[in-house]
Amino acid sequence: MMLIPCPWCGSRNQIEFTYGGDAGVRRPAPDAPESAWIDYVYVRDNPCGPLDELWYHGAGCRSWFTVRRDTRTHAILASAPAGGSLTDDPSADVR
Amino acid sequence: MTQTWRLAEGGSAIDRTHPLGFVYDGRRYEGYAGDTLASALLANGVHLVARSFKYHRPRGIVTAGVEEPSALVQLGVGARSEPNTRATTLELHDGLVAASQNCWPSVRFDAGALANALSPLLPAGFYYKTFKWPPTPKAWLRYEHYIRSAAGMGRAALAPDPDRYEHQYAHCDVLVIGGGVAGLAAARRAAQTGARVIVCQQSPRFGGAAIEGDATIEARPAPQWIAETIATLASHPDVRLLPRTTAYGYYDDDLVGAVERVTEDGATTDGMLPRQRMWMVRAKAVVLASGAIERAIAYGNNDLPGTLLARAVFTYVRRYGVRLGTRAVVFTNNDSAYEAALALHESGLEVKAIVDARRDGEVTCAGAALARSAGLRIRAASVIACAHGRQRVARVDVVTRNGGDVSTLDCDLVAVSGGYSPAVHLFSQARGTLHYDPTSASFLPDASPMAIVAAGAVNGHGNVERAIANAVAAADAALARAGIANRSSSSAVPGDDDRLRVDSLWAVPPVRGAKCFVDLQNDVTVADVAVANREGYQAVEHLKRYTTLGMGTDQGKTSNVIGLALMSERLGVSLAQVGTTTFRPPYTPVTLGALPGAASGAHVEPTRYSAMHAWHAEQGTRFVNAGLWKRPHSYPRPGESEDDAAAREARNVRANVGVVDVSTLGKIELQGRDVAEFLNRLYINRFDNLTVGRCRYGVMLREDGIVRDDGTTSRLDDTHYLMTTTTANAVAIMQTIERLLQIDWPELAVYATSVTEQWAAAALSGPKSREVLAQLVDIDVTNDAFPFLAVTICNLRTSTGSLPARLFRMSYSGELAYEIHVPSSRGRAMWEAVLDAGAPFGIMPYGTEAMNTLRVEKGHVVIGAEIDGRTTAGDLGMERLVNPNKWCIGKPLLARPALNAPDRWQLVGLTAMRGAHIPRGAKLVADPDHALPNPMLGHVTSFCDSPHAGASIALALLSSGRARRGETLWAVSPLADAKIEVTIGPSVFVDPEGTRLRG
Repeated sequence: MMLIPCPWCGSRNQIEFTYGGDAGVRRPAPDAPESAWIDYVYVRDNPCGPLDELWYHGAGCRSWFTVRRDTRTHAILASAPAGGSLTDDPSADVR
Repeated sequence: MTQTWRLAEGGSAIDRTHPLGFVYDGRRYEGYAGDTLASALLANGVHLVARSFKYHRPRGIVTAGVEEPSALVQLGVGARSEPNTRATTLELHDGLVAASQNCWPSVRFDAGALANALSPLLPAGFYYKTFKWPPTPKAWLRYEHYIRSAAGMGRAALAPDPDRYEHQYAHCDVLVIGGGVAGLAAARRAAQTGARVIVCQQSPRFGGAAIEGDATIEARPAPQWIAETIATLASHPDVRLLPRTTAYGYYDDDLVGAVERVTEDGATTDGMLPRQRMWMVRAKAVVLASGAIERAIAYGNNDLPGTLLARAVFTYVRRYGVRLGTRAVVFTNNDSAYEAALALHESGLEVKAIVDARRDGEVTCAGAALARSAGLRIRAASVIACAHGRQRVARVDVVTRNGGDVSTLDCDLVAVSGGYSPAVHLFSQARGTLHYDPTSASFLPDASPMAIVAAGAVNGHGNVERAIANAVAAADAALARAGIANRSSSSAVPGDDDRLRVDSLWAVPPVRGAKCFVDLQNDVTVADVAVANREGYQAVEHLKRYTTLGMGTDQGKTSNVIGLALMSERLGVSLAQVGTTTFRPPYTPVTLGALPGAASGAHVEPTRYSAMHAWHAEQGTRFVNAGLWKRPHSYPRPGESEDDAAAREARNVRANVGVVDVSTLGKIELQGRDVAEFLNRLYINRFDNLTVGRCRYGVMLREDGIVRDDGTTSRLDDTHYLMTTTTANAVAIMQTIERLLQIDWPELAVYATSVTEQWAAAALSGPKSREVLAQLVDIDVTNDAFPFLAVTICNLRTSTGSLPARLFRMSYSGELAYEIHVPSSRGRAMWEAVLDAGAPFGIMPYGTEAMNTLRVEKGHVVIGAEIDGRTTAGDLGMERLVNPNKWCIGKPLLARPALNAPDRWQLVGLTAMRGAHIPRGAKLVADPDHALPNPMLGHVTSFCDSPHAGASIALALLSSGRARRGETLWAVSPLADAKIEVTIGPSVFVDPEGTRLRG
């Protein structure tokens, strides 16, 4: 079971969280063409390596936040509050 | 007379003052406290204990530990019966009952042994080659039935497991896996720094292989050193010693799963202790001191009972005081078997020969010198070519390695050593890499990216003192990794190389007519490996799956490396290039009950109760599950059936007034400047123009345009709304709202709070509901003052005083109706006040069944039935709700052609003709007698016997449904063997104009 570094609560067991998918996906503008909406709803990258993704700490602070995870090793490279910068080392502040 | 094969003295584990009785295959035997089932059977001369998986060949006890491939027994009876239990680790207790498995009628006379006679017809891949014709799925299904019933070993219990299991989370700085001398030394080192240490040892006693050895550790005899070290560890408050605990899996972020067998010895401690305890240990660093497992050498009939691994022979003699036979032959390719030979000699057996595969000049160890001085005969550069015997080995043919000089030795015991395989399983699970070491003919740990450090014999150390030095270095590395102390030293131990030197003899050249087994549990032979090679299954993972090598419950602990080596020889490449198959958890089998722990039965999920639950229960109602909630089905009167009760309750709502508990609906408070804008984006219809004091039905879509949820949202104040969701989606919608507000639209000033649990709610419904309400509240509830879809705050008159409440005029039943919300703590007071006020008007409580009848009559859709993850608002007849002048989630993709096709399945109502009953889940067809598959035009989503319509009615989704109104179709259900003619009509059966609810 992975330890997920919640930016507010610290590292917690994965069972406290819900996975939210690719953090890089942005909802298109309301008047965007249908193809943009198709991409938004159905098309996802499946990278072999670091992926920025959303997690929700439903059994804790109920915050959504961003985690950079290596999909090959499950190593978590960074974590940040929604809208924050992912450049920080997650172990620096939350453990 | 029992235990005739027990030595007169000796046996470090057994307590001869505590005899224990047990039953094996219906016969009573006696053993001693401290025995395993295997050692007790051997002390009674029982060697034949099993029949093999495929050929039903007689099998005996091979090892003395978790790696046992053959001696698997059915333990216990009835609900506690457990298959495939290793006799070699099963601690004997008084009254233990076990039986051999995979044999009929008995292990001595097994009809399945016919398979052995047919074995030339059953090569590797037999099933794949044989059962592929004719190439149709049906043919395979027919074969599969027979193959499945022939496969398997023990039988699972059919009754629920009566035992209790529990989970325990633990955290530590250093987790030491393995309580042999290396593990104890590492733990002692770590404990000296004050670190929190957990040591788990799979067997009952710490000390491992050294307990019976003659080694000297730190100038003390090994047993004394072990006892002193355990005492030292036990004196540290932050050290936890866990015997009988197997670390079975290594998971992400250094989480180790371990199972502790708490009361498996049968000591029933008044039921307060669980049978097993699952430990989930989150360690900052792990020292893996898991030791090494001996393996065999393949030769003809190497599976005969009486054939044991040399280390197991030593263990049974020294630890359990068992006399294993009368005449023994020892067969080895390394030095380690000599201590077994000497132990046998000391225990009074005649050791006929030590057959050593190495050349005479290579047999130079101290053990060999002792053996020679004891008069034992060493036959160097020789091998056992073949063993003979029926249900026990009787003699062996010994040849020189160049194939000459055949001689036959009579014996009833063969002790074999083919070298050791370090137990690298958890290291490999921790993504550690391995390298092949030709000297010890074994795979040794390299490095892992995780916080695991290998120590002792798992690193190939064969000398106790040097294994301890290695373990101390490993402990230092682990402490550094855990951030406890920074005195990391090199794990390389100075001094001479102490690796066990093993001649790479894996299998003896085959003898005609005698099978050479690689994997005893799955009956994989040397010839099977050759077949796999010949047919192209050469990669290790292919070899494994084609031959089933290492796929038994023992996971090939004594056999995998032999199979890999044989493949490498045939391919002409090094074993290093062949590599190993992937090691996966669990290391040893885990009882299923330990995995959920206490989370079984009613404790799988939490149960949610409404504030009025106790009142419902007092009526004797039956509760139905609605997600995690318990809801009352109906309130039958004495002598009344549930169906009759629900029909009476539904009729009473239409005629008088009823009240139903609707506390389970999801309730979310939304406050802030931008709530109106937020709701506009969330719902297909507008909420910004909702006036304060009014509520409105809303529909929410998924991002792809399909309907997700519905509910009523009220505007309590300019910037304060109360949203209700369906019971089923309450949690998910809240999660979505959090995500939208935190990630997508952080600029919106909206604050969302789930208040589902905080409010108890009742719906008061029926033509007399206004009269009841007028008795109850302190406001004017006339139609003008409180019209349809009005919302207000009021006070309820209850027996205990005035109670503030939220009052809503909304209707699910189609009748004049209200919802009353009060704080949960006052739910029951509110409920009883409503019933008291309603008594003069004939009020009755109604349950979910009547509620469903009423909503089907009114044509209201629900999640899971009509809102089934495929329907659009248009399919449900709600296309007019989609506001054309604003954007909302899901709207951009609503215009896709397929979502607007003319043959979409649309919501319709069905009425059964001629008094028939529409069956649950029926499909709609034009011709009920059409040849199968009968083209499906739609299906029934909800149904009821409608008191209002006086007929069986249903809601259905039907292709081009609205255009088919007035047509007749058939509702067919092969499961219910029903064909019912139905007429298609509108989905609303009662008051389509809505005059009742607005009146």
